[in-house]
Amino acid sequence: MSNIVETTKLTKKDFESDQDVRWCPGCGDYSILANVQKVMPELGVPHENVVWVSGIGCSSRFPYYMNTYGFHTIHGRAPAIAMGVKIANPELSVWVVTGDGDGLSIGGNHLMHALRRNIDIKILMFNNRIYGLTKGQYSPTSEFGKQTKSAPTGAPDYPVDPASFAIGCSATFVARAVDTDAKLLNDILLRAAKHAGTAFMEIYQNCVVFNDGAFDGFADKTQKDEHQLRAIHGQPLIFGAQKNKGLRIDSRTLGLEVATIGEGGVTEKDILVHDETNSTLAYMLARMPFPQFPVAVGVLYAKERPSYDETVLEQVAAAKAKTKPDLQKLLASGNTWTV
Amino acid sequence: MAQQAQPGTVDSSGSKVKTLRGAVVRFAGDSGDGMQVTGTQFTAATALAGNDLATFPDYPAEIRAPAGTTYGVSGFQINFAATDVFTPGDSPDVLVAMNPAALKTNGKDLKRGGLLIVNTGAFTPQNLKKAGYETNPLETDAVDGYNLLAIDITKNTLSAVKETGISSKEANRCKNFWTLGLMFWIYGRELESTIKWIESKFAKEPMVAQANVLALKGGWAYGEAAEISHYRYEVPAAPVAKGTYRNIGGNQATALGIAAAAQLSGVPVVFGAYPITPASDILHDLSRLKAYGVTTVQMEDEIAAVCVSIGASYAGKLGITASSGPGIALKTEAMGLAIATELPLVIINVQRGGPSTGLPTKTEQADLLQAVYGRNGEAPLAVFAAASPGDCFYMTLEAVRFAVKYMTPVMLLTDGYLANGAEPWRVPNVADLPEIDVTFRTDPAGFHPFLRDPATLSRPWAVPGTPGLLHRIGGIERDYNSGNISYDPDNHEKMSKTRAAKIAGMTRDIPDQKMELGNDSGKLLVLGWGSTYGAIREAVARSRERGLDVSHAHVRYLNPFPKNLGELLTRFERVLVPEMNLGQLVKLLRTEYLVPAESFTKIKGLPFKIDEIEEKIRQVMES
Ligand code: SF4
Repeated sequence: MSNIVETTKLTKKDFESDQDVRWCPGCGDYSILANVQKVMPELGVPHENVVWVSGIGCSSRFPYYMNTYGFHTIHGRAPAIAMGVKIANPELSVWVVTGDGDGLSIGGNHLMHALRRNIDIKILMFNNRIYGLTKGQYSPTSEFGKQTKSAPTGAPDYPVDPASFAIGCSATFVARAVDTDAKLLNDILLRAAKHAGTAFMEIYQNCVVFNDGAFDGFADKTQKDEHQLRAIHGQPLIFGAQKNKGLRIDSRTLGLEVATIGEGGVTEKDILVHDETNSTLAYMLARMPFPQFPVAVGVLYAKERPSYDETVLEQVAAAKAKTKPDLQKLLASGNTWTV
Repeated sequence: MAQQAQPGTVDSSGSKVKTLRGAVVRFAGDSGDGMQVTGTQFTAATALAGNDLATFPDYPAEIRAPAGTTYGVSGFQINFAATDVFTPGDSPDVLVAMNPAALKTNGKDLKRGGLLIVNTGAFTPQNLKKAGYETNPLETDAVDGYNLLAIDITKNTLSAVKETGISSKEANRCKNFWTLGLMFWIYGRELESTIKWIESKFAKEPMVAQANVLALKGGWAYGEAAEISHYRYEVPAAPVAKGTYRNIGGNQATALGIAAAAQLSGVPVVFGAYPITPASDILHDLSRLKAYGVTTVQMEDEIAAVCVSIGASYAGKLGITASSGPGIALKTEAMGLAIATELPLVIINVQRGGPSTGLPTKTEQADLLQAVYGRNGEAPLAVFAAASPGDCFYMTLEAVRFAVKYMTPVMLLTDGYLANGAEPWRVPNVADLPEIDVTFRTDPAGFHPFLRDPATLSRPWAVPGTPGLLHRIGGIERDYNSGNISYDPDNHEKMSKTRAAKIAGMTRDIPDQKMELGNDSGKLLVLGWGSTYGAIREAVARSRERGLDVSHAHVRYLNPFPKNLGELLTRFERVLVPEMNLGQLVKLLRTEYLVPAESFTKIKGLPFKIDEIEEKIRQVMES
């Protein structure tokens, strides 16, 4: 990320493009777009250094609506293209928008490798658990047995969970948010921007047309307190309308369990404290079955390690320090003879 | 090209060194016998002796095939002469067979009367069985008609290196140097450069180095002592142009071309690749050239490899990728994106035998139609082809030059034969290389991303990080006047025609088609492309020596064709198009120019032999 300081402060408006936004009215994408546009000026990155790259799908129209550099590419390949952008110019702040189909189905391979490489790009995965643009087929995150146009008798595939997939791929930053929760989105986007490596954000996004209310059980205002757990590093993993429920380890099964503070002698001291550098805990939080458990949101995992671009730059710098390029000499290298 | 040597016809009574115009030698042995090293060292010494030459290795497809089997045989052929050499040669005049399997797989290629050197020490019952011989062929009429030089190379090597005290296993591995020593004696080569090579190669194992040197000298001494001086030849130096030379393979030349492009343009290269035979060596070579402005990225698959290059081009670097066979097929969709968004991109296609996995280690020219047409939609890109290993360097520079000038993907076709083949290459003067001009748009006044240069129709290269040029591009059709998304029918037609016109218009900068050999009109034009260059060149030369009115032209720019090509074709009564496919260039020529060009094809994973083309020319001229 660049250290250049902006002289004139940018505003949300500066990040709104002149293109008509073409998502369905009521789509969760609107709220994400508005929040992203609001956060962008906070990053302190020169306007021309911001690049948005996307694949194919409803979410991937995103770059057209951002007044930045933008590249709407091909299905599933955005992480690979974004990697090229970042390697070509490490000064750029590179953001990827993808969806559950784009990122985990056709592009699963590229996502996996971007995550393990830890290239300094930020990936927003809009997870609506359905194919929207192609009009309602089940996606790799649709629940087992879901009835859709392409699965009238129920989807026979078991879904993948994006956040735990990312942890499994050795991602260095994994967070979860909900499209309509501005505060949560804001926090996560800012944290992701500061992370020097691949930052993966799964954002539950409501598709009003093909999968409306898919997340109501925990995303709806009336359910949120009871069924969402906001993980905050260093703080106990507490949730519930009364803030009296928490997670603890069942030492016999080494699994998580929900405990109620004040019942059966449980005190706050018995509740697990979130450690975002603990990938095992992050994995358990990401995979808690709903509704027996709450849905964990926030920064589930964050631990820095050298980014791919940093390593590559170092190797290039080392090579340049060692060899002064001399094309004539290079062409005549090896065994030569003169006639 | 040299009159092929006929060692077998030499009067065996004379001890005088016989002078030849040239010879074709093939080394063949088990993968573990070190035949590639032997061939490379023989080549280095031959180059130093001033001969023109061309080489071709023949590796087994398996990484570690079981010892002694026919599919574990590794070969290396060299054609060297006192005159110009254009191909690694047809049939060898000399075959070195280090074991029965090598004889079994290569014996049939040896010229009648040729010299056959075999290591009898490896003709054990077990090895004979593995090679599929029921009886020892050296004791049957199988070797009749050849000059057989049967030597127990194993035993001779062991005794040559005995004084070093190395283990018999290690001693056994010195066989190839003993054989090389004998070959050096036969052709009067200096041992010095190979001794130096051995000493530096085995600097950390002085005992092994010493043993190999002793083996090399032992082979030479055997030649001196044995009564075989009738097999000694001299091939005088070839009259080549003045300059500094090196040996170069096609993949090596391509990699150097890429590094040179970065230096000449001042724009660094991002090279995205995924391991695949036979293109991987380009990645290997480039990964050592970081100081020259080349960043290599080994990606997770072929698609990612082209995508990372496209991303780099979008951000203002030279995005280049290389692959082969099925790898190119996988990149197809992304090439369409680069065509749609009009970004510079170079795709090196080292063609191999197909379809599907096909023949990964063999050569073919069957990707031409795929290169020109093989994408969804009307998706034109430029297609160039290199004609020889050294030409890969120049055509890579051309590919980059056109890609950045016309903001377009360019596919450069090479093939397995060029990639692995090698020839002496006159090192060019950097000052004489073409300039590669790159202009990045910085002026915001009146900017939109598809604002075209009126002459070239190319759009501006406006890269992220440039103030005032914020814009969005993508694979959805773009409006001609703004670059914004457009689903307008007329706009799509206009954009489709513009993209086609842009590629067609590249002819303004593409050099006119020139003749390689012969008159630019007459009875027969042999028109080739790619790696068939050497075989056609030599076949036409020989035909002309026999008085036939035949000419040779070789197409390097295949899409679009040079602007004079159509007219050139009409000046010949007949046009013959040899290709290593089932007739692809011939289809393009017929479609484009309505000429009755005749096809001559070979699709065996092997290059044309000079004889095959010469014979075809004879037939055509008589018919
Ligand atoms: S189909 Fe669904 S995801 Fe797509 S724009 Fe409409 S509501 Fe949003």
